Amino acid sequence: MKHSIRIAVGPVQFRIGSDWAEPIAALERLYHGYPQDDTRPADATVRLFAARPWRRWVRPSVHIGGDFVVPDALPLPLSMGLLAAEMGMNLQVALGWRRHMLLHASAVARGGRALIMSGESGSGKSTLAALLGEGDWRLMGDEFVLIEPMGGDALAFPRAVSLKNEAIAAVAAQVDAARLGPLMAGTPKGDIRHLIPRADAIAAMHKPARPALLLFPRFGGEAAIEPMGEGEAFVRLTEASTNYVALGEAGFAALTRLVRETPAFGISYPDSATGIALVEQLWAEAAK
Amino acid sequence: MPEPAYRAAPPGALRVEPLGELTAIFDRRSTQTHLVVSPMPEILEAIGVDDCDAATLAARLAATFDFDGTDDVQPVLSERLSELAAMGLVERA
Repeated sequence: MKHSIRIAVGPVQFRIGSDWAEPIAALERLYHGYPQDDTRPADATVRLFAARPWRRWVRPSVHIGGDFVVPDALPLPLSMGLLAAEMGMNLQVALGWRRHMLLHASAVARGGRALIMSGESGSGKSTLAALLGEGDWRLMGDEFVLIEPMGGDALAFPRAVSLKNEAIAAVAAQVDAARLGPLMAGTPKGDIRHLIPRADAIAAMHKPARPALLLFPRFGGEAAIEPMGEGEAFVRLTEASTNYVALGEAGFAALTRLVRETPAFGISYPDSATGIALVEQLWAEAAK
Repeated sequence: MPEPAYRAAPPGALRVEPLGELTAIFDRRSTQTHLVVSPMPEILEAIGVDDCDAATLAARLAATFDFDGTDDVQPVLSERLSELAAMGLVERA
């Protein structure tokens, strides 16, 4: 393709090609500080392409392609090229990765131990992770965490954090503007702005952490903590894993071990400050 | 009609992992995960490789559990056995 970039996020090496320069330039800015190993072959390929050659210039619209495609994914306008790239990267990892068990979850680490937060879109797991990552936690990722099938360690996938809607202002107030990407307003997922993780989190992206606490956050309602049994945590995490079925017995073994060794809780919280306080409380009381 | 008999899956076919109130079972033949609650794990444990119907199973389970009478539990066990067979976790003899 005309324009391309290689990006390493945790253990995944991406090759992203584009018919346009803009999305690649935006990615270059977001991923400038990530350690790069150009000798490694790409694990996943993302292609952003024009539906018809002339559409590169006339009402440009970005299609997402790569090793895996979602046939009915809508093309996005060029101004949302960065979102298209992000969606493409997620898709290739979610569908293609086999080396680890993938959990659709955010994660942060402290002292070599990981807090994993799994929840639906809108649960606030990304915002909590982003805010914790600005404190004395290492941000491991806002979208995926990878579990080593044999050893059980958690591996980071610290892509640029995708802040959405209200989370944008909450996080922007705390960070240097140089760490924020362009605002993409009115995307199919609402307003989106990317946050470049802190340099120390990026530098430590290959460092595994031992899962110590599993949380299932729910944004809204009174502050509450609900202990969760191993069985329920197992069921929820099979749903949160994009490759559990593909991994077969290795996935089964990894997940049973994770829920047995890691205390799990559901938490509800009315605002981020309360959410963070609940996280800290549980980390102090329950993390193994 | 005589009660149908069942037998356990071949040795090594199932990986059974208790997770609190639930038990997760991985079937190596289908690579499917099944989640079951009591008394399914107990039935799987008791059924054995030889043909076994609900009455035999009730007698075996009565040795371990405190039943009032095996007559009451037989219809329940018979139903559970057919469910386990539908999941492929036991086989019709």
